[in-house]
Amino acid sequence: MSKDDTLQQVTTNLSDWYLSSRDRLTKASSPVFNAPRTEAIDHFRTLGIPGRGNENYLYTDVQKVFSQPYKRHIDPQKIIFSVEDLFHCDIPELDTELILLVNGWFYNNRPPLQILPNGIIYGSLAEAALRYPDMVKSHYTKYADHSTEGLVALNTAFARDGTFIYIPKNGGNEKAFQIVNILLSTEDLFVQHRNLVIVEEGAVARIVVCDHSLSALQYLTNSVTEIYVGKNAELHYYKLQNEHNLSNQFSSSYIHQERDSRVVFNTVSLHGGIVRNNVFVKLNGQGASNETLGLFLADQNQHVDNYTFVDHAEPDCTSSQNFKGVLDDQATGAFTGRILVRQDAQKTEAYQVNNNILLTDEAQMSTRPQLEIYADDVKCSHGATVGQLDENALFYLRTRGIDSREARLLLMHAFGHEILKQVSVKPLQERLEDLVDKRLRGELSRCNNCPVQCET
Amino acid sequence: MLIIKNLRASIEGNEILKGINLEVKAGEVHAIMGPNGSGKSTLSAILAGRDLYQVTAGEVTFEGENLLDLPPEVRARKGIFLGFQYPVEIPGVSMVNFMRTAVNEVRKFRNLPDLSSSDFLKMMREKKALVEIDSGLTSRSVNEGFSGGEKKRNEIFQMAMLEPKLAILDETDSGLDIDALKTVAYGVNRLKTPQNAIIVITHYQRLLDYIVPDVIHVLYQGRIVKTGGKELAFELEEKGYDWIKEPNREIENE
Repeated sequence: MSKDDTLQQVTTNLSDWYLSSRDRLTKASSPVFNAPRTEAIDHFRTLGIPGRGNENYLYTDVQKVFSQPYKRHIDPQKIIFSVEDLFHCDIPELDTELILLVNGWFYNNRPPLQILPNGIIYGSLAEAALRYPDMVKSHYTKYADHSTEGLVALNTAFARDGTFIYIPKNGGNEKAFQIVNILLSTEDLFVQHRNLVIVEEGAVARIVVCDHSLSALQYLTNSVTEIYVGKNAELHYYKLQNEHNLSNQFSSSYIHQERDSRVVFNTVSLHGGIVRNNVFVKLNGQGASNETLGLFLADQNQHVDNYTFVDHAEPDCTSSQNFKGVLDDQATGAFTGRILVRQDAQKTEAYQVNNNILLTDEAQMSTRPQLEIYADDVKCSHGATVGQLDENALFYLRTRGIDSREARLLLMHAFGHEILKQVSVKPLQERLEDLVDKRLRGELSRCNNCPVQCET
Repeated sequence: MLIIKNLRASIEGNEILKGINLEVKAGEVHAIMGPNGSGKSTLSAILAGRDLYQVTAGEVTFEGENLLDLPPEVRARKGIFLGFQYPVEIPGVSMVNFMRTAVNEVRKFRNLPDLSSSDFLKMMREKKALVEIDSGLTSRSVNEGFSGGEKKRNEIFQMAMLEPKLAILDETDSGLDIDALKTVAYGVNRLKTPQNAIIVITHYQRLLDYIVPDVIHVLYQGRIVKTGGKELAFELEEKGYDWIKEPNREIENE
């Protein structure tokens, strides 16, 4: 069977699964989720799983990942373990508002929604859609376009739960929010979750997302996150992917920014099988700024593909993408950075850099800038490098008594530091530095004292 | 301490060193002078272990041991230090982290335990004072954004931290104003003991006003063409390198 046939088969299977589970899905969900389902599955039937024919997925073997026989569930499965006993993040200074998702479901060990005195609401998106349907409805499916992206259509057709964070106008929270995604099961699993973050006008939020897989089984996650950042609001969003070689992840984040808003979106991919990160940014109001960063470390047969699309829809906005990768063994990586500057988006500043280090001859990196500029008064730049470690720097370190291996580690760490130093949550930054160091040394890079024993 | 015999070396088929002979004993300061392109930096790079060059003949021993077989880090641990003409900027590697790693590697080699954090910081403070390096520089990335003078001072600071037996200072004076030159020279002189040796490589005589050598060698076209006392520097200053070049024209015609 050819790859395209296989993908077609997967698309058909998933569509059939929808038909057979539609009644259960709609019965258990808020009308907010149910409203776009039919349209979404219709789009999915047409769009399908993106194959190699899809130019945006040229470098990622989607077929290989989706053709595995995963178990799929419409409802949450009973997980027999106490997450509270197993999991507490040990970064002592990282005192956060915790949201736990297990296999894509809000872990129901606390009220599904926390409502803080300052008006902040966070917890399960399913619950939020039932209790605050208007609030959810005004943003849900507004940014993630299920008419053009097959994976978004698939996620929307089946959406039932995920995380929800709401920061009211001019609000803010001393603590950061921490979303921990845990994969834990006794069977290979297909997981989808849907997340919504609303940062209202003038509000400030910091969000840390940690992805872990706890069982040494095959996983495929297809997640969609919609993020609304209102006028003059600010969001710092950090995503740490620390799964294992059998965990495949397709994550699509859609960031909608209004006037004078500021967003930093940073993805650190430490471990995973096939990882694809989509970040779509729409700068929808004058003076908005967006910084999208990423660091990935891949070895063995891992594959990390970062795709960014920044839409400069309004004038006077600034965007920058800075992605760095270190590839060892036979690992492969890809970066595509699309920047669209619309005709009216004068005085746009858009910058893009992608630097990569290949440690072996077999490692491979594909990098593609895609700039479409229709305005004439703009500053845009892009650059990409694929190279080795700096021999002069290596020699310099060695002449001070530092052996070759240690010198290489120092340089690789320094390479990644440029991305990590921009993490504004200090304890998280220190932990990331430590994790990256351990990862580069080939030591297990799980959080040191975390009782959750992530398999690798 | 260091004995170089008939050392010949080339890069990409071009012979740069054409038979160097040199002996440096503990307690001595040697200066190697010469016009641009004479092979001064090549010699220092080969002594430090740079693998860009092929050694085609000759031998180098350091304390009786064949130096040429050793990787750069082992040479460093045995006590050889190269002060770079162009110190390398390494963004993201902090000076503190770099120096702690280096000092402890050298200590490990000498069967000494790692320095405690407080002892290490104390040592940093002392050595910083010695070379009058700005305290802020050591909290930054290695050489990143340092001025020319700061980079050179940082080289001497590293030398002070690592306490080498043989320090090779490659054009440490280039790009320095007279005040910076004095500070660097002062630092070097303070580090000089009867047990260690220093090779100062320079194009100009002026550094030798402050670091007074026991022996001066003039390197020209890959050979040491003159060796003498410190008065040789004055002669060079007065007559320029053409004076050396004249009687050596036959070398070019070889």
